[in-house]
Amino acid sequence: MTSLAAAEQRTATASRVIQPAWVRVMHWTNAVAIILMIMSGLQIYDASPLFNSLTFSRTVTLGGWLGGALLWHFAAMWLLMVNGLAYLVTGFVTGRFKKKLLPISPRGVISDAVAALTFRLSHDDLSKYNQVQRLLYAGIIAVGIVIVLSGLSIWKPVQFQYLTALFGGYDIARYVHFFCMSTIVAFLAIHVLLAVLVPKSLRAMIIGH
Amino acid sequence: MGRLRKLLIPGVDKKLLVRDATRLMPDLTRRRFISGGASFGALTLLTGCDVIDSDSAEEMLKKVSKFNDAVQAFIFNPHALAPTFPESAITKPFPFNAYYEVDDAPDIDGKDWKLEVSGLVENKKAWTLDELYKLPQQKQVTRHICVEGWSAIGSWTGTPLSYFLKVIGADTTAKYCWFQCADKDGYNSPLDMETALHPQTIMAFRFADEILPRAYGFPMKIRVPTKLGFKNPKYVISMEVTNDYKGGYWEDQGYNSFSGS
Repeated sequence: MTSLAAAEQRTATASRVIQPAWVRVMHWTNAVAIILMIMSGLQIYDASPLFNSLTFSRTVTLGGWLGGALLWHFAAMWLLMVNGLAYLVTGFVTGRFKKKLLPISPRGVISDAVAALTFRLSHDDLSKYNQVQRLLYAGIIAVGIVIVLSGLSIWKPVQFQYLTALFGGYDIARYVHFFCMSTIVAFLAIHVLLAVLVPKSLRAMIIGH
Repeated sequence: MGRLRKLLIPGVDKKLLVRDATRLMPDLTRRRFISGGASFGALTLLTGCDVIDSDSAEEMLKKVSKFNDAVQAFIFNPHALAPTFPESAITKPFPFNAYYEVDDAPDIDGKDWKLEVSGLVENKKAWTLDELYKLPQQKQVTRHICVEGWSAIGSWTGTPLSYFLKVIGADTTAKYCWFQCADKDGYNSPLDMETALHPQTIMAFRFADEILPRAYGFPMKIRVPTKLGFKNPKYVISMEVTNDYKGGYWEDQGYNSFSGS
């Protein structure tokens, strides 16, 4: 093989890469971190439930008791925050967010949602997100930022009291934190279901193409 | 939840029951208990095998918790005051909270009680309640935040601990004030010196302008609005100023030691 041909081959492979390595590494790191955070968070919730009729079974919690769950939660938070910050910085600096997630229009979201529900949405080009994907991915990034900020305001309501005040005080920040978690769980259910329905998207997130 | 309630035995405190049961466990089981779901949960997913067993997971968690102590000490601003509230915001009734029922709370005779002072202090004289009541006092209406997540706003009046430390000639370059309490099974808790010197850290003698009732820690509670509730010892009987980390009732069971808010 001539060096020219090899270079062409490399370019061809590179152009087929849908999910670059940094996206894949950060995606799966985030997956581990968020699952640890949710499971330990549910155990912490159980110590003082926000809703009397809603508590969580030991089968979906982590830590065994409140003390163990807090240890897990405040360890996994570093993984979530450091990885999340790196993802945000890289996403903006490389222009990936702009290229992949914009533009989003209400009309586009509705027509793509209708197409998806009637199984007429094309998945031929995985490198381009449809409007529903763009909305969900941009939305879940926003929810991710809010859940970290509300978490910080619950953790440090004196040292970060201005942040806590922004959420309407300590007690309301707990509800915000909980509803962000619920939103993430709902997102995860749809996300995992769709990844299973379109297996090549899962493959792309594992091996890149 | 309804079904769970039926499983509870009337008159038996579930927290106490769990604690007693945990005590009966052999040490290894007890240590495994803390990492609980680790074996079947996310860690199994993560490793695909038992590379991370629960003992090493617990060691890792303990190290991160110590790291978090240092991070919180760094974040702690000795001049930042906890938010205060109007009297109308006080939670009524203010919850009684302990690892035992209110009937088991220490019943202390104020006339016999003395605050023992020891460690790195010049004057180790024990203080009677009447002597302490003569010290200058200040009042605060602040939010008590429990490690469990709930919170309640209360009103406490007492002497700034920083003032008392000065009066007894304490070495305020020492690392901790270590409090011993009269609670059953012995309650104790270390307080880092920076927090002990915080202007809102007080030796509280009154709640809602009344002499501190038995339920809230008579005769003396250390009110620390920059810490979680379990770092606010009640029924205090002694204070030691020390450079040694001597652990605490909940701290030894796994709650983060700094637990600042």
